[in-house]
Amino acid sequence: MSEKIHVHTTINDTEVDFLAESRQSLLEIIRDTLGMTGTKEGCNDGNCGACTVNIDGRIVDSCCVLAVEAEGKNILTIEGVASPEGLHPLQQAFLEEAALQCGICTPGFIVAAKSLLEREPNADEARIRHWLAGNLCRCTGYDKIVRAVLKAGEVMNQGDGAGRATTAAGAGPTDQRDVYND
Amino acid sequence: MATTIERSGEYKVIGTRPIRPDGVDKVTGRAKYAADGPVAGLLYGKTLRSPHAHALIKSIDVSRALKLPGVRAVVTSKDLPQAPDEPVSLGEGPMVNLRFLSANILAQGKVLYKGHAVASVAADSVNIAEEALALIDVEYEVLPPVMTALEAMKEGAAILHENLTTTSLGKNTGKVSNIATQSQFSAGDVEKGFKESDLVIEREFTTPTVHQGYIEPQSVTALWNTDGEITIWTSTQGHFGIRQNSAAVLGVPVSQVRVIPMEIGGGFGAKTTFYFEPPAAIMSRKTGRPVKMTMTRAEVLEATGPGSGSYTRVKMGVKKDGQIVAAQAYLAFEAGAFPGSAVNAGAMCMLNMYNIENILIDANDVVVNKPKSAAYRAPGSPQATFAVECVVDEICEQLGMDPLEFRLKNASKEGDRQASGVPFGRIGNIETLMAAKDSPHYNAPLEGKYRGRGIASGFWFNGGMQSSCNIAVNPDGTVGLVEGSVDIGGTRAAIAMQAAEVLGLAMEDVHAVVADTSSVGYTAVTGGSRTTFATGWAAYEAALDVIGQMKERVSKLWETSVDEVEFNDAVFTRKGNPEQQVTFKQLSGRLMETGGPLVGKSTVSPRGVGAAFAHHIVDVEVDPETGKVDILRYTALQDVGKAIHPSYVEGQMQGGASQGIGWAINEEYFYNDKGLMANASFLDYRMPTSLDLPMIDTIMVEVPNPGHPYGVRGVGEVCIVPPLAAIANAISHAIGVRMYDLPMNPGRVLAAVLKKEKL
Repeated sequence: MSEKIHVHTTINDTEVDFLAESRQSLLEIIRDTLGMTGTKEGCNDGNCGACTVNIDGRIVDSCCVLAVEAEGKNILTIEGVASPEGLHPLQQAFLEEAALQCGICTPGFIVAAKSLLEREPNADEARIRHWLAGNLCRCTGYDKIVRAVLKAGEVMNQGDGAGRATTAAGAGPTDQRDVYND
Repeated sequence: MATTIERSGEYKVIGTRPIRPDGVDKVTGRAKYAADGPVAGLLYGKTLRSPHAHALIKSIDVSRALKLPGVRAVVTSKDLPQAPDEPVSLGEGPMVNLRFLSANILAQGKVLYKGHAVASVAADSVNIAEEALALIDVEYEVLPPVMTALEAMKEGAAILHENLTTTSLGKNTGKVSNIATQSQFSAGDVEKGFKESDLVIEREFTTPTVHQGYIEPQSVTALWNTDGEITIWTSTQGHFGIRQNSAAVLGVPVSQVRVIPMEIGGGFGAKTTFYFEPPAAIMSRKTGRPVKMTMTRAEVLEATGPGSGSYTRVKMGVKKDGQIVAAQAYLAFEAGAFPGSAVNAGAMCMLNMYNIENILIDANDVVVNKPKSAAYRAPGSPQATFAVECVVDEICEQLGMDPLEFRLKNASKEGDRQASGVPFGRIGNIETLMAAKDSPHYNAPLEGKYRGRGIASGFWFNGGMQSSCNIAVNPDGTVGLVEGSVDIGGTRAAIAMQAAEVLGLAMEDVHAVVADTSSVGYTAVTGGSRTTFATGWAAYEAALDVIGQMKERVSKLWETSVDEVEFNDAVFTRKGNPEQQVTFKQLSGRLMETGGPLVGKSTVSPRGVGAAFAHHIVDVEVDPETGKVDILRYTALQDVGKAIHPSYVEGQMQGGASQGIGWAINEEYFYNDKGLMANASFLDYRMPTSLDLPMIDTIMVEVPNPGHPYGVRGVGEVCIVPPLAAIANAISHAIGVRMYDLPMNPGRVLAAVLKKEKL
């Protein structure tokens, strides 16, 4: 058993401490150590996006982030997307538009799409398809997912839910550090 | 957009689009899939896999692995009971060869594909287990691999199974060969038919091994308790099948195994198989602790059942006016390491869109050094139909005939004979073709260089099989519905809606739960496009049982006979005296005073399955510089019987089309000359992303199936059949080059373009 490193971080607006081996991924810690199994593992090599989380405003595949890199960061997982008042507009739109079938890719899509809509609630179909190209879905053919994101964007534009959309993890629209924009 | 051809009645719930019962859990991350737990105190299992495509196992020495601190158990095929090498009936489901099942789970004396499991280790952590794998010493004698069906059929090809003899047309020939079975389907006289034809075209086609590509890798946790009870938590499309096969391979009675189906992250037919259940159970018995085994993505691609690679030759003869006179086909499908490809299903589907007097189809099931193939959405039909639909398009081109007119002229209809010999019941082939002709897509002009439009059709039988359902009435006028079908894409909703329709309730008042093997009657797989049809029917019957029992309660309250009680719109009334009434909700609150708790139940084995037809239209643009094919516009049309929840029917049509698009232009298992897969990741096995696809337009044609109370026919599978040929035909019309081999990736399309330019 290798030596463990103490990590202090913030996940879904809650301060969290954990011990991680240097080789452990953030995904492994989130799921197995912290028991937050909403973030899924589909490939463990950064190709499917099922493990997408938001770190300081950037969406990343948590399977490709070392857990020790979470030190001092602000992390959003799928468990932090809904609020006590109810579902996020994206979650509601996914349900209304039947944008999930098996549901295994859904948390990753929602975390990724939330990051887009907070910057660009007017994102059009082409922009949404580009942004979500790192998330694989095998059930839907993406049609209903894209429609759900378009619908959620409209709702957020109307101000309904816009407040909720910026609650967690510093993933607000003012963050300009995203390198995945292009 | 829905085109309703017939209406079998007006409904309150059916045909609406409520939010699925499991929806909130799945958008918030609360839903529990197999890898999400499921119990504490786990050991973790990992599997040592063959690095060779074909080799004898000379020896396995696990002693060094067992000495590693933290290693708790090791399992090899020696820990499994000897299984009979013959087809046996296990009571539920089809006949199985237990030795093949067992030897695929842990290799016996021979490894038959790269990734074939040789041994598994259970340890305190995944990392220790992985470390231990490196300490297992296996001595192999490498044999030459055979990688395609045609290669494996040649005289002198390396033999995979020394005990496998060819069964030809139902008779065992006694000849040792890689050909497991040869089947034939025929009608009329094809030779005579070809002589009578004005135009005869014969072509050869190949399709590569492809994967279902579900995003959730297989995950299993097994606990062999000290009282002998075995509990298995798993990701499966059919937990009763897992119970049966696990019990058989472990050599224990079925009643000793309880399988708890977790939420499933995609399957497409592949998760009707099992891999980790027996080794995890044995290692649990050895350690007294639950053992969890989860596959990596590479293991999923290299060691679980993909869809068969195939070779198909098709010859068709037509009259000048477009009438098909004769069709002949020869198919050789790769079963993978053990017999059992879907070649016969493919053979029986491929011509069913047409009514043809003379047919002859020869189908070969061939073992090769690849993972044992598994079902993949309309198993066998996409590969075989690809060949037929490309030949049909070439015929249309040569005759100068509109491809939809050609299809309408030859379309199969009720009463026509299928390739299997069985006549069709009520089918919507023609209605769906008419809808295609009227569709906005088909009537829109397509302009521009290197652009082409393709049409193709597809058929799938759909399944029936068995389902069970219980409905318990709650005191507040709602019900709990317990069913045995794993929900892979919204079937809790589609099943609950059928019960709600009977009960006069809203879908939200029917609380649907998927139960384990000890909690509900036998229910066959979520597969074969059968779940909404058969389990929905079970829910319908269970709801009728509830109403029947409630009428008895009402008759007691009113001191009258049951015949005097009527039920309509969730209200019981007295015949001839509509003033006397009690609502479903009121009566639900009075169950304890009228006889106690009330449970309706049903088991069904429905016949009356309605077959499915799909016709797809696609526009593509080919980049002549790179050979890349872009999908510009796509319309999927399908006879859906009656769409219970239209959104999830559209979802099936869109998802099936997308998988077919991937199959057509991107996906393949790439093998090197040693028979080793070279692209076992989602980076290199490239499935369509959101950027690769346009919106998939759907046109649902509703021709109700008279064999179901609500007209349901399965919708999930036929939609993957047309895209392969539709895209090939579109490419041909875009650049004037016929494509005969999948995938039609840039390299292959460019090669075809360059070859044409040289001519």
